[in-house]
Amino acid sequence: MPGAHAAIAGIGQTRFARDLGRPERTLALEAIRAALDDAGIEPAEVDGLVRFNLESTSEVEIARNLGVPNLRFFGEIGYGGGAACATVGHAAMAIATGRARVVVAWRARNRGSGGRPWAGTGARVGGDAQWSVPFGLVRPVDQIALLARRHMHEHGTTARQLGAVAVACRAHAARNPNAVMRAPITLEDHAASRLIADPLRKLDCCLETDGALAVVVTSVERARDARHPPALVLAAAQGTGPEHVVMTAYHHPRMLETPSTFAARDLFAAADVSPGDVDVAQLYDAFTPLVLLSLEEYGLCPRGESGPFAASGALAWPDGALPCNTSGGGLSEAYVHGMNLVVEGVRQIRGTSTSQVSDARVCLVTSGAGVPTSALLLGAS
Amino acid sequence: MSAPPGRADRPLPLPDSDTAPFWEGCARGELLLQHCAGCEAPRHPPRPMCPRCRSLDSKWSPATGRGAVYSFVICHPPVLPAFAADAPYAVVLIELEDGPGLRLVGGLAGCAPEALRIGLLVEVGFEPAGEGVWLPQWRPRNGPTEAAKP
Repeated sequence: MPGAHAAIAGIGQTRFARDLGRPERTLALEAIRAALDDAGIEPAEVDGLVRFNLESTSEVEIARNLGVPNLRFFGEIGYGGGAACATVGHAAMAIATGRARVVVAWRARNRGSGGRPWAGTGARVGGDAQWSVPFGLVRPVDQIALLARRHMHEHGTTARQLGAVAVACRAHAARNPNAVMRAPITLEDHAASRLIADPLRKLDCCLETDGALAVVVTSVERARDARHPPALVLAAAQGTGPEHVVMTAYHHPRMLETPSTFAARDLFAAADVSPGDVDVAQLYDAFTPLVLLSLEEYGLCPRGESGPFAASGALAWPDGALPCNTSGGGLSEAYVHGMNLVVEGVRQIRGTSTSQVSDARVCLVTSGAGVPTSALLLGAS
Repeated sequence: MSAPPGRADRPLPLPDSDTAPFWEGCARGELLLQHCAGCEAPRHPPRPMCPRCRSLDSKWSPATGRGAVYSFVICHPPVLPAFAADAPYAVVLIELEDGPGLRLVGGLAGCAPEALRIGLLVEVGFEPAGEGVWLPQWRPRNGPTEAAKP
């Protein structure tokens, strides 16, 4: 490893539920306060904040609630589910360059009680959406289904293989008391769930959740003095690839090379780590096909072989070759734009997951595929 | 021109200076593609600059109107209310014969969703969507499929 310059010293979250009945700003503050308490760092020491640009709460509103005397670093990342790992990446850069000493990244979202964003589609759609929405390609699940169908065509991937992703995530959620959906499911349950965007079924889709999570990023040295072992940020990367259109990136000749392919190259190049060194992974799972794409694009299995890899039981704790989404992920723990995947990655490095991989030294965390994306390699010190 | 019954509430494109020629072509029954005025390279979605030679000059030329289904989805409820009457309905991604990566999302006609398959050869037609907007709609090149709805 060329040397990590930053680490995650604290993690925090709210309860997760379909409807928490509380404002997003309150959830954000509760999660951030919990993360700082977890790190043993006073809120007044926070001097940087990184947010999703979709956050409803501004940095200054967070700062004045925390009693932060001055924010010397702040920024935001776009593109929804592509942002989670990048918020940590930007925080780590601020630490590494000396721009800030304690940076918090968070996501708070009432996606369960707040309604479906696509349901608010207007009478006229401009920008990139004019090429898809007028034809009825409206929901994220429809947009991703076009990638899934093509993957099935090119590689023989089956609906049952997608089901193996959902079943593994649910089994992990069953062990996680904070997960929203904990009743185990079978491949037959998956196959019997109703079609939403054929070939994708209800159990291929993530939950609709209210909740918030936060992480505290600081120097490796400072993190070593915190209450828990640090999760080193071994590498962070972002990527778009060529000819990108957000969520409808259908215009590049190699359509199944999503932005993840490009983030993956930079991610592993930045750390002295290869895909074979990854002990456990948290792969962005708004929909099951995105997990298969991440497996291939981050080199965790050969191109085109993610379906059989998942069906082999590889993703399932404790015996799988590569346990994935060990908290239950967006499919079964909570869907909070993948911030829960980052927090679970930290737990794996600390050794405190409810589906703990023994001696987990390296955890890969990925953010959304099909959008400008990001990824992290977290490591034990 | 008024929209067909049940389609009045569907979202319509909001053209801008880069995209208006495409939609004006559709209203005339022509499928147009933006090309670089310098190096002739076609591109989609339309944009001000040629990503190959960086020219800001572009022109619009008729596309072949022919292609093949590259992928597709069958959308089941819950969908936008304006599409609910047609659910489950198909949306297709068409790869045009005009060049690799030149792909358009579109509707489907003359082919039952269950007869859809990747590779199906299609040609373009146009469907009135209301307010003078016509949308490209793709149909099998060899006539309606056997399973097609009347």
